[in-house]
Amino acid sequence: MSMFCDKYTVTEKKTLAKEIYSVTVKAPEVVKAAKSGQFVTITAEGFSLRRPISICEINKAEGTLRLVFEVRGKGTEQIAHVNAGDNLDILAPLGNGFRIPDGKRVIVVGGGIGVPPLLDVAKNTGALCTAILGFRSYEKIILAEDFKAYGSNTIICTDDGSVGVHGVVTQPLAEELKKEEVGAVLACGPEPMLKAIVKLCLEKDIPCQVSMEQRMGCGVGACVGCTCVLDRGGKDYYARVCKDGPVFDAKEVKFDG
Amino acid sequence: MADLSVKIAGVEFPNPVIAASGAYGNGECYTDLYPLSRLGGISCKGMTIEPKNGNLPPRIAETPSGMLNSVGLQNIGVHSFVDYYLDAVKEEANVVIANIAGATIDDYVAVAETLDATNIDMIEVNISCPNVKAGGASWGISAEGAAAVTAAVRKATKKPIIMKLTPNVTDITEIAKAVEAEGADCISLINTLLGMRISINNRRPILHNNMGGLSGPAIFPVAVRMVWQCYGAVKIPIIGLGGISTWEDAVEMMLAGASAIQMGAAIFKDPYAPLKVIDGLAEYMDKNGIKNLSEIVGQVQAY
Repeated sequence: MSMFCDKYTVTEKKTLAKEIYSVTVKAPEVVKAAKSGQFVTITAEGFSLRRPISICEINKAEGTLRLVFEVRGKGTEQIAHVNAGDNLDILAPLGNGFRIPDGKRVIVVGGGIGVPPLLDVAKNTGALCTAILGFRSYEKIILAEDFKAYGSNTIICTDDGSVGVHGVVTQPLAEELKKEEVGAVLACGPEPMLKAIVKLCLEKDIPCQVSMEQRMGCGVGACVGCTCVLDRGGKDYYARVCKDGPVFDAKEVKFDG
Repeated sequence: MADLSVKIAGVEFPNPVIAASGAYGNGECYTDLYPLSRLGGISCKGMTIEPKNGNLPPRIAETPSGMLNSVGLQNIGVHSFVDYYLDAVKEEANVVIANIAGATIDDYVAVAETLDATNIDMIEVNISCPNVKAGGASWGISAEGAAAVTAAVRKATKKPIIMKLTPNVTDITEIAKAVEAEGADCISLINTLLGMRISINNRRPILHNNMGGLSGPAIFPVAVRMVWQCYGAVKIPIIGLGGISTWEDAVEMMLAGASAIQMGAAIFKDPYAPLKVIDGLAEYMDKNGIKNLSEIVGQVQAY
């Protein structure tokens, strides 16, 4: 694995929803090394720590990387000011991505800003992919058309029922798990959602991987700041989200630390 | 190009820029970007006699011009370090410093004895970690405690020892003098300043440990002040750290009295920051006709 740190030029910027932006950068060397589910960190000028942002799409042909992020605070707000032609200081690719089973049906489950890293999985799995995407309401929906365009069976859920299934992602997930054999469930989103998904998968003994989030220092495994507590053979193992994750085997993750 | 080499406690560094303990792993994390040999040295991740999980997350909080951490000395233990990392880091790095910690004096001694039997270049003794309940900074906040650890580690090893001091004390010079008297070869300062952040939304501290250690540019003036005070109080060399992010900071720290410097938080923001400091120091020396960095150490003309 190799990692790069450089200034990369933004080729496109779009607003996907209120405070959610899609930024594409030309970064051929990063693209060559990157895998679905990995992330990057971006310098926010004037801030002490780089901002971790998941990789939404890896375009090998164009040598571009698409990053979709939500403004969560002043740092991401600062990054959101970037425009096509500007440079972003990016350290990437970081972490371990999703392990996508070969030739088997994959269900990706995303909630809110947890949806973007799953798009590259959909891109690589086409019609084998079922995407269950949860949002608060219709105005928060992002990337649904992109999932459909890559051939995913796309199911939208909203908390307020404004679009698609009225309710949480585990309802349609339970239905989908009853259908034909599933190679893996890959999930990213808020922790309560991940917990519910993992519970469902473990009950049915279906392999599940979750992408975890944590306040991060270095992003490369040096500072041991971003811990995720795992159960390894009955013992607590303090894994690094940035280096050992962000994708973990759901069986190991201890959600309540 | 200028000769950036410095000599501390008989150990030759090709340049005075050292990766601070806890900021650079055991040297394996940034090798994709540039070889470890570009740095003067590395202080490895703080190690204890037994492996340690550290504190529950969250362990990181950003602050104005800095960050808090409450890692709590998570590490693989000195034996795993020796078995799995030491050869590789010795091969790649210039000076390799082992940073050691313990809850009791016996712990410090056991780690030091283990390392004494290896080819490690120096031992940095952490009596200043603010994030552990037992040991850590509790040794470093009194002259008696600091002296006791120094004396015990001094007996346990012939390796050059650096005592890493905490700024969370009333008078750091008292601690510096105490460790010098017990045979420390060098002191490094400052470790992090104890701090805290609170979420105004859920009224909980950001850090699970409630409090954490503040690092980054915010603490730089405190570090400069303490290095300057210690330079006037002891004869052993000082390694200055705490918020250094540019070559100008490094020069300032050396003028205050540091013979070498360490960088930590700055690397998280810019992994190339140490190289920029090295290049900047070389240019500064050339421009000012400085032949050896020892010419500027402690040379602030104080009022």
